[in-house]
Amino acid sequence: MALLTDDRTAGRTSHRPAPGGTRRWWTTRRRDHLAGYLFIAPQLVGSVLFVLIPLGLVVWYSLHEWNVLADTFDFVGAENYRAMADDPNLPGVLRATALFSVGLVALNLSLALFLAVLLNQRLRGTAFFRVLFFSPVVVSLVAWTIVWGFLLQDNGGINGLLDTVGVDGPNWLRGDATAMLSVIVVQVVKNVGLNMVLFLAALQGVPGELYEAARVEGAGRWTQFRRITVPLISPTILLTSIITVVGSLQVFAQIAVLTQGGPGSSTTVLVYYLYQQAFQFHHFGYGATISVLLFLLVLALTVVQWQMRKRWVFHEQ
Amino acid sequence: MRARTTAAIAVAALLGLTACGSGDGGAGDDGPVTLRMTTWSANEAHVKLFDEIAEEYKKTHPNVTAITFDAIPFENYTTTLTTQIAGGNPPDLAWVLENAAPDFVSSGALLPLDDTLKGTDGYQFDELAPAATKLWQADGKLYGYPFSTSPFGIFVNTDLVKAAGAQSPAELIAANQWSWENAAKLASAVNAKTGKAGLVVRDFDYKGWDNLSTVWTGWGAQAWSADGKTCGFDKPEMVEAMRFLHDATFTDKAFPGPGTTADFFAGEAGLTITQISRASLLKDAKFGWDLVPLPTGPKGGYAVIGQGGLGVLKKGKHAEVAADFLAFFTNPTNSAKLAQFFPPPRTSLLTTETLAKTNPLLKPEQLQAVVIDGISTGVVKPSHTGQAELSQAVRSALDPLWKPDADVPAVLAGVCTAINPLLAK
Repeated sequence: MALLTDDRTAGRTSHRPAPGGTRRWWTTRRRDHLAGYLFIAPQLVGSVLFVLIPLGLVVWYSLHEWNVLADTFDFVGAENYRAMADDPNLPGVLRATALFSVGLVALNLSLALFLAVLLNQRLRGTAFFRVLFFSPVVVSLVAWTIVWGFLLQDNGGINGLLDTVGVDGPNWLRGDATAMLSVIVVQVVKNVGLNMVLFLAALQGVPGELYEAARVEGAGRWTQFRRITVPLISPTILLTSIITVVGSLQVFAQIAVLTQGGPGSSTTVLVYYLYQQAFQFHHFGYGATISVLLFLLVLALTVVQWQMRKRWVFHEQ
Repeated sequence: MRARTTAAIAVAALLGLTACGSGDGGAGDDGPVTLRMTTWSANEAHVKLFDEIAEEYKKTHPNVTAITFDAIPFENYTTTLTTQIAGGNPPDLAWVLENAAPDFVSSGALLPLDDTLKGTDGYQFDELAPAATKLWQADGKLYGYPFSTSPFGIFVNTDLVKAAGAQSPAELIAANQWSWENAAKLASAVNAKTGKAGLVVRDFDYKGWDNLSTVWTGWGAQAWSADGKTCGFDKPEMVEAMRFLHDATFTDKAFPGPGTTADFFAGEAGLTITQISRASLLKDAKFGWDLVPLPTGPKGGYAVIGQGGLGVLKKGKHAEVAADFLAFFTNPTNSAKLAQFFPPPRTSLLTTETLAKTNPLLKPEQLQAVVIDGISTGVVKPSHTGQAELSQAVRSALDPLWKPDADVPAVLAGVCTAINPLLAK
């Protein structure tokens, strides 16, 4: 703020002729500008080099047919986009992506909120459970997924456990429905802790008097949750839902390790399909086209969520 | 003004990046040269031998200051290699898997090797077995040296076979009864009596379907016609072969089902189909074992081979030096050394005496039956241009087959529907 104020006064002084009649070039305003640019320079350079330029290049690549082995890079205009419109695999891929995202977001947010409400009680042992549910967040994603891969095998740990209670478990990663469910659950258990912590922080910011007043008015627990808790933590719900939706559209490692997009193509989500097209089938141009689609999808969903916040987020009316 | 400057910087940076990515092949062979070869083996003994050969080469070629062997995990080998090429960081030399051979050979990514190899003193180019080099040629030129031509055989855990109270493969071979039907019965008995897996087709795992060619070739089936244009999955011989596999898996439990892992080399399976180069994993085996040829199918005896080729990337910085090193790496003397790990394509080395010297774990009759006969008569695992995409389409379309109630002919017809557009490309 000080910088802005100085800026205005400095702006006025800079137009005044300096003593001696010549205009001073090295003004406070210019100095402030330079300082500002220097402060943001590291972040700006990083963003330009690693975000903006690659983003531009991806769009550029999507207009080309790029054969890495033959070393050809031919401009084909909108050909890749036309091919995408006619791609017989794409509807299935988008369906799998939508199924994964909806399943993940619904399960992750509801479980995270449920755990946060439970662990917000003043009871013995809540610290232990907070650590327990948060710890998967800091575990390496691939290591986590590989271990789950073993557990979910037909002769793996989960079916072994089910067997002890007389249940014949399904072949989790080989059935169309169970494979998708498994990937979702593995991802939810991995990341639910992060949203749980965010919800916990939000819950602790809700003033206790409100609940007290509600109790005096005769509101039950469910009404208190619906009328007080949810509205007051709605900014956090918005934040977590944006993060989770964006994250769900970018899922890759779990699919690559657990199912490789199978059985059939039931778990081939957009990013995995992009990887197959570009890096396995060597269609780098088409792969770039799919990433443009992914970028637009993420952008559109985020914009929609942002716009909708006015309807339901408490502080935004 | 500021906007224009920013745009100029962005364009300059972009051009800079693209320039980095374009590579500068062929230049600078006069100065100090470093070579990099990508492989899929981090095996200590392999790397030690490669380093020894490289050291020797450097003695006579002082301009070559370093030769490194860059091991990439086998599962993602081709993907990683292609990504390195796309990223403007191609290796000078690369191992190429047989299923990627048509793509690499036909695309022009590799340097033709004939002139360099023929021009190298004492190379004996003519003794390379035509069956081994066929896959690596295009328009009469050789683009990859098939450094490993490794036949598939069946390793047997004789302890488990004994525990199952069944006749061993060796006894079945002696009685001229080593057929797929009897092999499946044996595997089924091992599973029923010992609780261990019967027969494991290694690296298949209900994904790497090309490994099943070690079975269906016995029925005379093939994934596609020799010219690569016609799908072979819906042909009657393939339907019969797949029906056999399906029943053996789900009815007789001769093969472990989908989602079940069993490692033969850890003593978890009675038999396994794999390449003989895996014999080194049995050095410290805690069980008795044998190596036998693949059983006969309804069409009689057969052999299947997997190959690895070594090629020089045209886009590499020192392609010519790399080709010269390839000629040294694979000359008769070094081929003989490499033969202890990788069955060579040189006919003079394909004798039981030579192979026995370097493969102490295998008996002369095993080497004759599996290696030498296998290389001369073997069918190479299926490969095609655009293999990765084809392979994925087949895997995906075959998935419904791996259920107990699958309709075998319908699933196989579906495979052809899925891959016909790709074969027609």
